[in-house]
Amino acid sequence: MPFSLQYLANHLSQFWVQTSENWAQRFVENHVPFLGHLPYSLGELIIMLMCCAIFVAVVPLLPLGLVLAERKVSAHIQDRVGPMRVGPHGTLQTLADGIKLLFKEDYIPKQGDKLLFILAPYIIFASSFAVFAAIPFGRSILVSDLNIGIFYIMAISSIIVMGVIMAGWASNSKWSLLGAMRSAAQLVSYEIPIGLSILTIIMLMQTLNMQEIVEKQDGLWNWLIFRSPFTFIAFFVFFISSIAEVNRTPFDLPEAESELVAGFHTEYSGMRFALFFIAEYANMFAVSAIAATLFLGGWQGILPGVDILGGLPGFVIKTLFLVFVMMWIRWTLPRLRVDQLMNLCWKYFIPISFFNILGVGIWGLIFPEDTLVSIVISLVIIVLGLIGVFAVFGKGVSKAPVPQASSAS
Amino acid sequence: MEFGLKQLVFYVFALLTVGSAVIVVTIRNIVYAAFSLMMTLFSVAGLYVFLQADFLAATQVVVYVGGILVLILFGVMMTSGRLDMKLKMERGQLFWGGLVSLLIFILLLSVITNTPQWKNVDEGASLEPTTHQIGEMIMRQEFLLPFEVTSILLLVALIGAALISRKEVREE
Repeated sequence: MPFSLQYLANHLSQFWVQTSENWAQRFVENHVPFLGHLPYSLGELIIMLMCCAIFVAVVPLLPLGLVLAERKVSAHIQDRVGPMRVGPHGTLQTLADGIKLLFKEDYIPKQGDKLLFILAPYIIFASSFAVFAAIPFGRSILVSDLNIGIFYIMAISSIIVMGVIMAGWASNSKWSLLGAMRSAAQLVSYEIPIGLSILTIIMLMQTLNMQEIVEKQDGLWNWLIFRSPFTFIAFFVFFISSIAEVNRTPFDLPEAESELVAGFHTEYSGMRFALFFIAEYANMFAVSAIAATLFLGGWQGILPGVDILGGLPGFVIKTLFLVFVMMWIRWTLPRLRVDQLMNLCWKYFIPISFFNILGVGIWGLIFPEDTLVSIVISLVIIVLGLIGVFAVFGKGVSKAPVPQASSAS
Repeated sequence: MEFGLKQLVFYVFALLTVGSAVIVVTIRNIVYAAFSLMMTLFSVAGLYVFLQADFLAATQVVVYVGGILVLILFGVMMTSGRLDMKLKMERGQLFWGGLVSLLIFILLLSVITNTPQWKNVDEGASLEPTTHQIGEMIMRQEFLLPFEVTSILLLVALIGAALISRKEVREE
C-alpha cells in the first residue's frame, strides 16, 4: 500500500482508538529502524508528536486562507475588489502580512506585567488548537477519539477566557482591561446557551463521543438539525452563540474599534499579535466545525453509503459554508449594545434552550427510536414552524423601507 | 514497575500540581496566585485522567478554571485600585494555616490507607466511558438524595445572588 495521508490517518486513528501498544512497537521497529531496540513507549511518544505536528502544521494554514477570504468577502459585499497586488488576485497578501508581522518590533509595555504579557497569547493559542484534537474530520481522520469528546471541547475552550483576562490585565491599559472584562463576561454568558444546545444533542444521541454522534447521522434526513424540531431551534441558538463566543460582529463589543481600539490585544504587536489573530480565525473554523459535526452530519454525506458531500471534502465544505455565513453576518449587521447583548443571551437564548431541553426530552419519550414517522413529523413541524414565523414576522421585514442610493457619494 | 512514558507524564503532572500550589500560598501578588491556581486545577484534572475519570477531569476544568477562577479574577480586577494600590496577600497566620493543612493531610492520608480498592486500579485498562455509570449512580442509586439536596442548595444560592445583585426599586 502506498504511503499516503489516508494510510497514515488510518493507522494513526487506529492507534488512538484501540491504544494498540503493539502497533506502536511495530511502527518503531519497521519505520524507525535505528530506534528499534528502544521501548515502545518511545514509539507512543513519536506518534503523539506526529499527530501534534500534523495539526500544528495544518491549522495555522487555515487562517492564512480565512483572512484572505474575509477580506475578499467583505470587499465584494461592499462593492470593492479587496487586495489585488500581491500574487494573482491578491492570493499571497496574507503571506506578505504574516512576514511583515514577523519582522515588526516586539514591544512589551514597560508598566505592564511582563511575564503574564508574554504568557497570555500562548494560552489562547494552545487552547484554541487543542479543540481540534477531538473534531472528527473524516471516518478515520481524528487525532483522539475521546469518550467525552464534546465535553472535552467545551472544557478546553473555556480556558480561552483565562488567556483573555491575562492579556487584558498584563497590558496595564484601560482599553485592554475594559476589553478583557467585556470579553470575559460575554464568553462566560454565552457558554450557557452553547452548553444547553449541546445538551439537547447529547440527550438525543445518548453519547458524548463525537465520532458516534457523526456515525448516527447518515443521510440528509438523519442530520441532527432535522431530527426533531427542537434540535432545529438548537442549531440556530448554538450558531449565533458561537458567533458571540468568537467575538465577531454583531457581538464584537470586546474589540469594538470605535471605543476600545482593539480590546484586550490593544498593546500587542508583531508576532504576539499574530498569535491572537491566528487563534481567532482557528477558533472561528473550530466552532463552525463543531456546528457541522453536531448538527449537519459531520463527514456523513447526503445519502447513506454514498459519498456525496461526505468524507473530508464534504466536512470541509460544510464548515467553510458556516464560516462564510459568519463573514456574511459580520459585514451585514451593525454592532449590538452591551444591554442588548446580555438581554439576548439571558432573556431569550437561555429560556429557549431550556424549552428545547424539555421538548427533546418529551420527543425522546414519544419516539425512542428514529423511524420514518418521527422524521416526517419532525420535518412537517419544521416547515410549518418556518411558515408560521414568516407569516408573523415576515410582514414587518417586507415593509421595511428600501434604502435609497445616496446621490451625494 | 518500569519507568515508562506514563510514569513520566504522571510525575510531571504531580510536580506541576504541588509546585503551583506552593506558589499559590507563598506568592504575594494576588493575580499571580490566581493564575498559579489555574495551573494547579488544570494539573489536578490531568491526574484525574490518569485515574481513568475523564468526565471528572473535564468537569474540573469547566467548573473551576472556566467558572470559579474567572469569578476570582473578576473580583481582583474590579476591586484593586490598579494604579495607586497593590492588592497583597497576608502571610501572618503561618502557624494556624499550617496546622489546619496538616490536619487535613492526616485525614486524607488515613482515608487513602483505609480504602481497600485503591490498589485494584488497573493501570493497563483502557479508558471506559464513565458517563453512563455516573448517570446511573446519581439518578437511580445511592447518590440520588445528595444530588437533589445539592441542586436545591445551588438553587437557593442562585436566588440569593439574584436578590442581592438586583437594583433597588425606588418608590416615588
